[in-house]
Amino acid sequence: MTTLSQETLQYGNIAPPVIALEEVRKTYSSGSLSVEALRGVTLSISTGEYVAIMGPSGSGKSTLMHIIGCLDVLTEGRYVLAGEDVSRLSEDALAEIRNRRIGFVFQQFNLLPTLNAWRNVELPLCYAGIARPVRKARSIEALERVGLGDRTEHRPTELSGGQQQRVAVARALVTDPALILADEPTGNLDSASTADVLDLLDELHAAGRTIVLITHEADVAARAGRVARIRDGMLVADASDAAGAEAMARMARNAP
Amino acid sequence: MSWWETLRTGLEAVRTHRLRSCLTMLGILIGIAAVILTVGLGEGAQAKVSGQINALGSNLLIVSPGSSTSSSGVRGGFGSASTLTVRDAAALSNKTVAPDIKAVAPTVSTSESLTAGSTNWTTSVVGSQPDWLPVRARTLAAGRFITAADVSSRAAVVVLGTTTAQELFGGASAVGQSVTINSIPFQVIGELTPIGSSSTENQDDTAIVPITTAQTRLIGGSSRSSVSTIYLEAGSSKMLSAAYQEANNELLATHGITLATAADFSIATQQSILSTATSVDKTLTILLAGIAAISLLVGGIGVMNIMLVSVTERIKEIGLRKALGAPPRVIRRQFLVESSVLGFAGGILGVGLGIVGAVLLPKVISQPIAISGLAAAGAIAVAVAIGVVFGVYPASRAARLAPIDALRGD
Repeated sequence: MTTLSQETLQYGNIAPPVIALEEVRKTYSSGSLSVEALRGVTLSISTGEYVAIMGPSGSGKSTLMHIIGCLDVLTEGRYVLAGEDVSRLSEDALAEIRNRRIGFVFQQFNLLPTLNAWRNVELPLCYAGIARPVRKARSIEALERVGLGDRTEHRPTELSGGQQQRVAVARALVTDPALILADEPTGNLDSASTADVLDLLDELHAAGRTIVLITHEADVAARAGRVARIRDGMLVADASDAAGAEAMARMARNAP
Repeated sequence: MSWWETLRTGLEAVRTHRLRSCLTMLGILIGIAAVILTVGLGEGAQAKVSGQINALGSNLLIVSPGSSTSSSGVRGGFGSASTLTVRDAAALSNKTVAPDIKAVAPTVSTSESLTAGSTNWTTSVVGSQPDWLPVRARTLAAGRFITAADVSSRAAVVVLGTTTAQELFGGASAVGQSVTINSIPFQVIGELTPIGSSSTENQDDTAIVPITTAQTRLIGGSSRSSVSTIYLEAGSSKMLSAAYQEANNELLATHGITLATAADFSIATQQSILSTATSVDKTLTILLAGIAAISLLVGGIGVMNIMLVSVTERIKEIGLRKALGAPPRVIRRQFLVESSVLGFAGGILGVGLGIVGAVLLPKVISQPIAISGLAAAGAIAVAVAIGVVFGVYPASRAARLAPIDALRGD
C-alpha cells in the first residue's frame, strides 16, 4: 500500500492514475512445473500518459499486457484500473471492464474478415448494448477520426495493412475507453504504414488519451513519453522523460 | 447483446459458411423428410383402410356363423357352419327385443355366371332384403332396389353393380334388360352407384337379388333357410355397444346356448375390424419412423460435429469477441443460435421435401401419404430442438475458451 501511495503522490499532482499495479505476481503452473512470469511488478500510469513497455521475448511483457488488459487474472498483488480494483473479478465482470475501459489494438489487427469496416468498429458497442443507429453513427465517427471516413463499407481484405490497423484503432477508440492498449501494433506493418499508425497514436496522445504500447522495437518505443523496461518478470527501468526514453532506446539497440 | 442481435450474428455466420451450413442442414433435412414421409405413409395407409371399412356402412355390426364340426371331428373355422337363419334375422328385427338395432339385412351369397345375350360374366350374387341398401350405405345410380313384395314373391329381379353392368351391357343402360342366372331369366331393375374396390373385393362387381329368390332358385339344397351373414345397423354410434349386447343375447337365446363362450356365431363391429386391419400398418409405421428418427439423430450428430469444427476454426474470432467485451454467456448464446438456425432451416427444408415427396411418391407406389400440419410443426420443433441439444456442447466449449488462448491461436 505504501508503494502505491508514494506513486500516487508522485503522479497525483499531474492526474489520477489510470493504471496502478502493486506488487503484481503471475505464476503459471502446469502439473508440477510452475513458471513465475511476473515477479512483483509495481507500475503506475497516469491519465494522458503515453507509455511504452519494452522487453525481450520471454521477459513477461506479454503477461503484463494480458494483466493490464484484463485478459488474464493475477496470482498475487493488486491492480486498480481507472479507480476500480480489478484484481479478482469474475470472468463476466472482466468482460465488462474490457468492454468499457480498454481499447485493444493487436499486432494481427484481428478484424473479422466477413464484416466491413464500420461493422468491425461497432463490435465493442454491440456488447455494450447500444442501439444499432447510435452504433453506426459512432463507428463512422471513429473511422473519420482515423482518416478512413471514405472506407466505412470496405471489408478488411479490401484495405491495406496500415488501413486495417487504423480500423482496429478506430475500434479501440469507439467506446471512449480510459486506456488504449496496443500490443506490437506495428509488428506486421511496413515502415510507411508503421509511421502512419504511430502518427495516429501520437495524435491520440496529443488529444489526451492514455496509451500503453507494448513493443520490442526501440524506435517505436522512442515515440512514447515514458519507457518501462521489463526483464525476467520485473521492471528494470522506468524512464519518464523523453531523454531517458532515448537513452533506453539506445540501450535496447546496443543490447546483445 | 440482445437476442435479435445474436440471431443476426448467427444468420451471418451461417451465410458466411454457405457450403458447410448447407451440408450440415442436409443431414437434418433428410432426417425430417424421412420422418414426415414415413409417418405420412402410415397415416395414409390407415386412412385408406378405415375409409374402406367405413364404406361398408355406418354403425355396422356384422354377424357371422360359428364354426362347424364334421362327423369325423374336423373343426372348420368361423363362418364354415350355417348356424344363422332367416329366423335369426327376423328375431333381431323385433324392436322390443332389440330397440337399438335400426335395420337388419341377412344375406346369402353364391358365385354365379350371368348371361346377357352372347356375353357372360361370373360374379358374386348376393341375396338380401330391402334394408341391404341403407345398412351397407349404398345408393342407386338408376332404377329401383328390391322391395318387400319382391322378397315375398321370390321375384326374378336383379340389381347390378356398376362393373357387372359394364361387363354385360357395355355402355348401354342395364335397367329393363334381361339377364340369365342359373338358366333363369332375371329382369334388371336397378344399378348401384360405384364406391370403388376394397382391399379384398371389388364392391362394384356384384349382383343383388331378393334373398328368397337366391335361397330357393339359385342355391337350393338342404340349407334353404340359412344365411351367410347378417348385417345390423345400430341406431347411432352411441347405441353400437347396446345393439351388440342385444344381438348377442337374442342370438344366444334363439340358439338355446347358455354359455357365452360356446356361441355358434360371432359379432364383429367396424371398430374391431378396423383395429385389426390397421394394427399391421401401425407396427410398420412405428418401425419405419424409428429408422427415420435414427437418421435424424445422425443429422444431429452432424450438427454437433460441424459446430465443434466451427468453434475450433473461429477460435481467434471468439478470442477477439471476448477481448472486446463479450461475456461467456453471449458467446454461448451465439453458437447456440447458430446451431438452432441450422436445425430450423433444415427442419423447414425437410418438411418442404416431405411435402414434395408426399405429392410425387403416391404416383409411383400407389399408396396415399397423408401429411398433417401438426406433424409438420412437430418435425420443425424437433429439428430446432436437435440444433439446440447438439449445439450445447460446442457452444459451452466456445464460451469456456480463455481470451488469451483464443487470441494466440494463429
